Amino acid sequence: MSADFSFKSTYAPAPVRRYNVGDKVTVKRAFPPGHRRTPQYIRGKQGVIERICGAYPNPEELAYGFDGKPEKVLYRVRFAQSHVWPGYAGPANDVIEMEVYEHWLEPVKG
Amino acid sequence: MTNPTHDYYARSHHDHDHAHDHDHDDHKVPNPANEHDNGPPGEYEIMSRAMQELLEQKGLITAEQVAKRMEQFDEEFPYRGAQIVARAWTDPAYKQRLLDDGRAACAEAGVMLEAERLIAVENTPAVHNVIVCTLCSCYPRSLLGMPPTWYKSRNYRSRVVFEPRTVLREFGTVLPDSVTVRVHDSNADMRYLVVPMRPAGTDGWSIERLAGLISRDMLVGVTVPKLPA
Repeated sequence: MSADFSFKSTYAPAPVRRYNVGDKVTVKRAFPPGHRRTPQYIRGKQGVIERICGAYPNPEELAYGFDGKPEKVLYRVRFAQSHVWPGYAGPANDVIEMEVYEHWLEPVKG
Repeated sequence: MTNPTHDYYARSHHDHDHAHDHDHDDHKVPNPANEHDNGPPGEYEIMSRAMQELLEQKGLITAEQVAKRMEQFDEEFPYRGAQIVARAWTDPAYKQRLLDDGRAACAEAGVMLEAERLIAVENTPAVHNVIVCTLCSCYPRSLLGMPPTWYKSRNYRSRVVFEPRTVLREFGTVLPDSVTVRVHDSNADMRYLVVPMRPAGTDGWSIERLAGLISRDMLVGVTVPKLPA
């Protein structure tokens, strides 16, 4: 394959967003039907915004043939393993991180 | 990897408690597409299998054509991750670009990714990264080729999130408690690449020689590169 050195990343930093890196958030504890990219095991858990991935067409709409607009802001959220899994066997500083769309997040006060 | 206490497929074979009324005696050849799956087949998998069987019975396709097409997938998505990581090991500026924007750094090396974004995460003496997709089997195919069998298994996908150290030990990777294990669930639009630590004793090695140390499993984070004994 010939290299395309003019390539620019499509990374969109999502200037209009609700959260910033370091903000504490809770994943909504909701169980709507349909195609959801938020794993069940993380719903209701509290974490910290690790990075902002950009804004992307909403996969919950794309899955059913819609255009996914308006785009949703996607974050990576870091969770303490000991918080996600009561009885987690590893050390307290182990973490799990995943991508969560903005409409699945709620702010944590304080 | 195969632990009978976690292996749904092994149990269901013993009990033969399939949740569908599909006559297995009709299968002359097991469908290779299902080798990896150690859970009961889902609705779409059953429909897909039924469609293939119908098309075969009507003489429109042959099982050989299906097998051939699956081989072509492997050829279309060759494993190119080792070159990228070896270059990052020898070029600190390139490594930084890879960590900042994995997709652009791969494009710079001639690898065009299908995913919107590639997130490269670096192993350090303090942090070990491991990748999983719990919801399906998201994987950077245009960089690492087709995902390995174990990556798609229910065993790996369900266990590595809550007992990563146990799963890593099964791959031969034993980490002290002082090393933070950072699990990444590749659950939405990003794809992931682990940048392992360059082994000591490789000073002055060429990119080609370094790339020879780097296997696919290391770039998912279940093993780490070592010098041959």
